[in-house]
Amino acid sequence: MGDQANLLPGTLDLLILRAVSLGPLHGYGILLRIEQISGQALLIEQGALYPGLFRLVRQGLLKASWGKSENNRKAKYYELTAAGRKRLSQETASWNRLAAAMAAALSAKAEEV
Amino acid sequence: MSLKYWLSSAWDRVFRRKELGEEMEEELRAHIGLRADDLERSGMNRARAERLARVEFGARERIREESVAAMGGLFPGLMWQDVKYAIRVLRKSPGFLLAGIVTLALAIGANAVVFSVMNAFVIQPLNVARAGSLYTLQHGSDTGSQQSYPDYMDLRDRNHTFDSVLAYNILQAGLDTGQNPSSVWAIEASGNYFDALGLKPYLGRLFHAEDEHGPNSAPYVVLTYACWHTHFHDDRGVVGRVVRLNGHPFTVLGVGPEGFHGTLLFFNPDLIVPLVEDPLLAGDDLNARGVRWIFEVMGYVKPGVTLTQAAADLNSIGAYLEKTYPKDEGKRTFVLTRPSLYGDYLGKPVKAFMAGLMLLTGLILLAACANLGSLFAARAADRSKEVALRLALGSTRRRILRGLLTEAMMISVAGGALGLVGSVALLRALSVWRPFPEWPIHLAVNPDAKVYAVAVALALLSGLLFGVVPVRQVLHSSPYEVVKAGTGTNAGKRINAREILLVVQIAICGVLVTSSLVAVRGLVRSLQAPFGFAVKNTMMAQTDLSMAGYSGERVPAMQKRMIEAMQALPGVETAALADNLPLATGSNEVSVYKDTSADLRPSNAAAEVGIFNVSPQYLRAAGTELLAGRGFTWNDNAKSPQVAVVNVEFARKLFGSPANAMGHMFKRSDGTRIEVVGIAEDGKYDSLTEDPKPAMFLPILQSPSTSSILVVRSKVNPQMLAPAMRAALKDLDPGLPVLVETRDKPMQVMMFGPRMATVSLGVLGLMGAMLSITGIFGMAAYSVSKRLRELGIRVALGARRAEVVRTALGRAVRLLAIGSAAGLALGLLATRVLAYIVYEATPRDPLVLAGVIAAMALLGLIATWIPAQRALRVDPMALLREE
Repeated sequence: MGDQANLLPGTLDLLILRAVSLGPLHGYGILLRIEQISGQALLIEQGALYPGLFRLVRQGLLKASWGKSENNRKAKYYELTAAGRKRLSQETASWNRLAAAMAAALSAKAEEV
Repeated sequence: MSLKYWLSSAWDRVFRRKELGEEMEEELRAHIGLRADDLERSGMNRARAERLARVEFGARERIREESVAAMGGLFPGLMWQDVKYAIRVLRKSPGFLLAGIVTLALAIGANAVVFSVMNAFVIQPLNVARAGSLYTLQHGSDTGSQQSYPDYMDLRDRNHTFDSVLAYNILQAGLDTGQNPSSVWAIEASGNYFDALGLKPYLGRLFHAEDEHGPNSAPYVVLTYACWHTHFHDDRGVVGRVVRLNGHPFTVLGVGPEGFHGTLLFFNPDLIVPLVEDPLLAGDDLNARGVRWIFEVMGYVKPGVTLTQAAADLNSIGAYLEKTYPKDEGKRTFVLTRPSLYGDYLGKPVKAFMAGLMLLTGLILLAACANLGSLFAARAADRSKEVALRLALGSTRRRILRGLLTEAMMISVAGGALGLVGSVALLRALSVWRPFPEWPIHLAVNPDAKVYAVAVALALLSGLLFGVVPVRQVLHSSPYEVVKAGTGTNAGKRINAREILLVVQIAICGVLVTSSLVAVRGLVRSLQAPFGFAVKNTMMAQTDLSMAGYSGERVPAMQKRMIEAMQALPGVETAALADNLPLATGSNEVSVYKDTSADLRPSNAAAEVGIFNVSPQYLRAAGTELLAGRGFTWNDNAKSPQVAVVNVEFARKLFGSPANAMGHMFKRSDGTRIEVVGIAEDGKYDSLTEDPKPAMFLPILQSPSTSSILVVRSKVNPQMLAPAMRAALKDLDPGLPVLVETRDKPMQVMMFGPRMATVSLGVLGLMGAMLSITGIFGMAAYSVSKRLRELGIRVALGARRAEVVRTALGRAVRLLAIGSAAGLALGLLATRVLAYIVYEATPRDPLVLAGVIAAMALLGLIATWIPAQRALRVDPMALLREE
């Protein structure tokens, strides 16, 4: 796990929204989904996920309901609300802009300046 | 966030708090379960899988806390948790809790009391219209505001900077409503008085400037609400009734507004009559420019006019008066001051004293906070293991600090509440208290919203103040270090802030103890000082014959009959009469001139002397020693040559020595020559703290007065004479109001100031002492418990008891010594201020010095006793086992 990257502050919320946008998930599932879609490249402290989840619920971006997991445990499932969906697309767009700008800035060569 | 969602989550937070907490727990558990399932599937046994899942999950406690915060704080819930935890912790150390609450209750209570007194006396404006622009026209030369009637009229009519200028005089008058005649306090007010002050009648009407048409033209009386209540039993039919004042008919116009007590703070008059009635009631001359009998002149400064402009305007009128009437007027200048405490006369000392008290109580509160702060710090140090454990278990420093602060706040709020309750009770009692029944003096110091606000603010502030003391300690504690080091060590030699606070606090206590001892000594001495008359076995009966309509020839005849009636009572040794009594009514002052002076202007006077017009036998009855010459007889009358008995100071001042004075003459301002026929001992006349003052006694037949105070010296208990005296005087004239009391009663009035000062200083001194004890105790106990291990080693190595105690407490005792010395020095400086109020307040008094040192030593002994015992009981073996 040596070459995993630490999360940038503020990016956990976006990752959660993205993970949940692909279908309702419980907390542990969200964690797995993030690992999966990030290609195991991001390091998330497991417990740290929950304050983020609760914050998003409080902001009305996620909604939660109890359900049964595939191995028959009672777990809480999260899904996007309409507001959450909207927020996800906004944040994705702004992240892409930022990432493109950063990439351009960092790859700039001397003769291009 | 949508409103609907916010509402529902708020609902959840408030009413489903527990459920939410359980839900969260279940969710976190589910997570760990799911993870463990995965790990198990990858080949681990169940127990290992579960343990690993928990480790991977991270610090449960911290995540739980952060989650709660993320859910919208659940703030009240968390706070409640803090409070519950604080209660649990505090309950474990009831001594600490009690000490904290009592300390704060005393300190905050004292502050609330002093503040509300200051609020009532100094801060709160008078209960009249535009109180902010009402000023006393005080003399530039002294703190009085007396004027003659013509001068008042000139000030009123010639100024350009005042909306209105009003005047009033204070008068004791006999009120006859048809039943018992009684003595009341009246204000004689200028016609514009009510209108200028913006007062509306409660009943009937008030008088106006248009009601006045020259001397004795407006025989009207307005009752104050309080007088209407006590003397007329709320009778609404009182308007239009005719009552007798000093025997003259006056029509009741109406009743003043509720809550109006005149413009002086302590002095509540019973009724208000027009100033122009004064010639009838008191016999002053409205046309005499040189006689300044009007008590106070006030004015409303016009909007936009500065005080400097107004004073300059008045000074130009003063210059005009001086130029126009050189015979009657000296140099006239004015300053503008607040009327509520009679300008600077009372205002200055009261303000200075209140500011001093406020400073002292503020210091006491600060000392209390310092105390509690160091107690808290000591506790935090003792609890460092607990703190370390909590930090190691994943609690945040913020959370721990919040807990500590919650404890501090709870103590301060409880202490503040207790202090406030106590002070409100005390203030209520003060407000209904009438220190002198014969004077209409009230100390209206009911607490108002401002006082409550100040008390609450002080409580919260002090909680914060002493709550943050241990903050640095907690912030810097590293769990690893604390657990490793155990308790103890770090007994640094450097003086730290806590110790400086303690020294300051002990110094404050020293100041308070010193000044209260000085005040008490002064009070005791003032009771033993030579008054120049005897207090024991003497009764007095005070009246004014004008209250029953006596005038002219009938006055001395009645006075003679009164003396004879008293003389005839069984048990009476001597009876006599005077118009004024030393240390009771005080003296009137007149100018006297050397016999050689031809120019009898005020500036040429040889002395201002107190004058007492007395009957024969007065000196004997009063117990004033006649050092040389003779007393008066009834033959010293209007037809015989004018004579006087003077006191030693008078003789010294005018003639150089008593021996030179006998048989020699001096002059009064009207040119009358008077021969000195006797020398009397010096005495106190107007106040207990005065310097020796020249005074003279004149025969009452040569300078008659309607004011009549009988002095009756008895062989028996004087109290038993009172009913007989009252009956005998009633037989002479049933319409004459008389006040019969013991000779020392009016002196209580004189003692009031020093007594109040002594009591308040004493209480503050006691509080300072208590705080010092808890402060030294806290520090000593802390240093002993911190160094128990070291002490144990010393004992094991064979240290003697004295050495152990010195090691344990040397520092505390040194601090005490430094603080006491500083306090003593400052206290001695402070007595210079005290000297204004307290009789012969001198710090150069071995008894006071010894008392202060003994008191401080006693404090130290009490405070270090228990820690010393603990240090002596150190058992090295037990300590070694524990650590």
